[in-house]
Amino acid sequence: MWRFAGKRALAALLVLFAISVMVFLIFFATPGADPAARIAGRNASQETLDQVRVSFGLDKPIYVQYFVMMRHLLIDRDLTSFVNRGAKVIPQIQAAVPVTLSLVIGAAVLWMILGVTMGVVATAKRGTAVDPIIMVLGVIGISLPVYWLGEVINLVTQSRLHDSIFAWVPPLGYVPMSDGLGRWALSLFWPWVTLAVLYSGIYARVLRSEMVASMNEDYIRMARAKGISESRVLIRHALRTSLIVIVSLFGLDFGALIGGAALLTEVVFGLQGIGKLTYDSLQNFDLPVILGCVLYAAFFVVLANFIVDLVYAWLDPRVRNV
Amino acid sequence: MSEPLLDVRDLRVSFRTRGGLVTAVDGISFTVGRGEVVGLVGESGSGKSVSMLTVLRLIDNPNCVIEGEVLFKGQNLLELEGEVLRKIRGQEIAMVFQDPMTALTPVYTAGWHISEQIRAHEKVSKKAAMDRAVQLLEAVGIPNAPERVNSYPHEFSGGMRQRVVIAMALSCNPSLLIADEPTTALDVTIQAQILELLRVLQKEFGSSILLITHDMGVVSQMSDRVLVMYGGRLGAAGPRREVMRDPLHPYTWGLMGAIPPTDGSRAARLNAIPGTPISPADADRDRCLFAPRCRFATDACRPQPPLIAHKPDHADACVLPYAERPALRVQAISPLGVRA
Repeated sequence: MWRFAGKRALAALLVLFAISVMVFLIFFATPGADPAARIAGRNASQETLDQVRVSFGLDKPIYVQYFVMMRHLLIDRDLTSFVNRGAKVIPQIQAAVPVTLSLVIGAAVLWMILGVTMGVVATAKRGTAVDPIIMVLGVIGISLPVYWLGEVINLVTQSRLHDSIFAWVPPLGYVPMSDGLGRWALSLFWPWVTLAVLYSGIYARVLRSEMVASMNEDYIRMARAKGISESRVLIRHALRTSLIVIVSLFGLDFGALIGGAALLTEVVFGLQGIGKLTYDSLQNFDLPVILGCVLYAAFFVVLANFIVDLVYAWLDPRVRNV
Repeated sequence: MSEPLLDVRDLRVSFRTRGGLVTAVDGISFTVGRGEVVGLVGESGSGKSVSMLTVLRLIDNPNCVIEGEVLFKGQNLLELEGEVLRKIRGQEIAMVFQDPMTALTPVYTAGWHISEQIRAHEKVSKKAAMDRAVQLLEAVGIPNAPERVNSYPHEFSGGMRQRVVIAMALSCNPSLLIADEPTTALDVTIQAQILELLRVLQKEFGSSILLITHDMGVVSQMSDRVLVMYGGRLGAAGPRREVMRDPLHPYTWGLMGAIPPTDGSRAARLNAIPGTPISPADADRDRCLFAPRCRFATDACRPQPPLIAHKPDHADACVLPYAERPALRVQAISPLGVRA
């Protein structure tokens, strides 16, 4: 197991390195474009361009440029956004990360609990009305767009019923954890729900179909023949084997969301997260910020996949020796 | 004979389908005595497995209709529910399935599987259950059991996996072991080992065994009594020696005749029973189900002849006159039995 973890960690590092090289090449070595002009932003003065050239070592060979870039990003952390009047890139990302992490991790906990519960109950209640009802609820959850559901929730909790039952809902925006755990959770409650509704629908449906398929497996019949209780057959045998699929799905979704795919939720609820930061910088053509965000997103996607690989190996002994 | 361990009476299993009710098991009755090994033979689709799954109520298809009685130690299993049924499964009646490759949940170790079963029926600690698992794995001949107890199913070969399944089945000392084609998925040398193991364990543990197979060789090696099933009905039943040496039913003649001879020159073509097995959905159930494939079929085969005992214990369901059977049997085999 440790060997496996070590190997996967090494592979993850290699992937990160490869991504950083690729991102660097896309930004700095695209033929026919002057990287200095792009970093400096539209209508930059000649002084700014010269300053960029020196600070990024653009007169030096390409591999030196890569290391200069990485030093700016990781060691000196002084990568500067020229479009945005010299705002530093790293602090912007650092400010956005806790918002996105809080949003996505909370929502993930919620949707995993909801999705798995719905999937298991639907499987257990096959042949009754409960199963199709849960599945239809799942489809409804999947079909509700985040921007619509979020806006409706805002309309109800912030405006229409804010003076009565939803008086406890704080105004839109993120409250850091340092201001108190309760206030933090309260500020994120509706964003969590909104994001989780979509994913719990997907997960419930995927899990149900996986579990129903595994209920026809020989080992389930064997487990029943052993005389263990039906709930144990369901949880320890059917769910346990079906979780493997759920975990790989989770890795993809979680990584993507942390990397900025939660943009819609962030926008609707006024959360200054990574998605919002990336979106804004794209609008301003703020290259250094985009670069930072891409690398940041890659880091979390790779990290999420690394963790998923470990969980996967823990769940499924067959992959441990691969 | 004292009360049999398992007494199946007029068991009928049918499935509701779009095309109407399809009968898979059509009124079979048989008994399994204490310490007895009974072989249930039949080709694919003859209802062997379905009837055995019914015994443990392992068919969860809501469209399945089960009638009749399955008395186990005097208790009708078909009427049991919940906890009572659960206590019988695994502890009183254990099952070994055909394919050891898929019978174990892939994510748990051999020891986990065995101790799960022990702990489902006895109040013992995890440690004690694991110790028992090691002993059981040793008993079924798995080398280096104390280490192998922590191996996962995919780390065992097919034969070894079937040993694990057998160890699990025997873990609670069941009075009846139902083995549903326990060797079919294994290659021949392993088959012999597994059968030998079952025989040794049967003596050691004293369980009765109900052995389901389509392999006449397996039956002849293992069983005390043989039941021949065709189309969901019993065609013949009797002591192994009688049924194998002196078969009475034309279907059994066909089965015996289809065993390729291992001596003499190679047969130009292998003997087979002409026709195809009946499909349960469109069988004419008012006559002998084997009649469409039987060279001796006459109008007398309608309605289905009952199972009649010609000698003590050796019964068959055929209208052919008992005295003429040996002559007819020779006739039945000869034309196709041409040797090159």
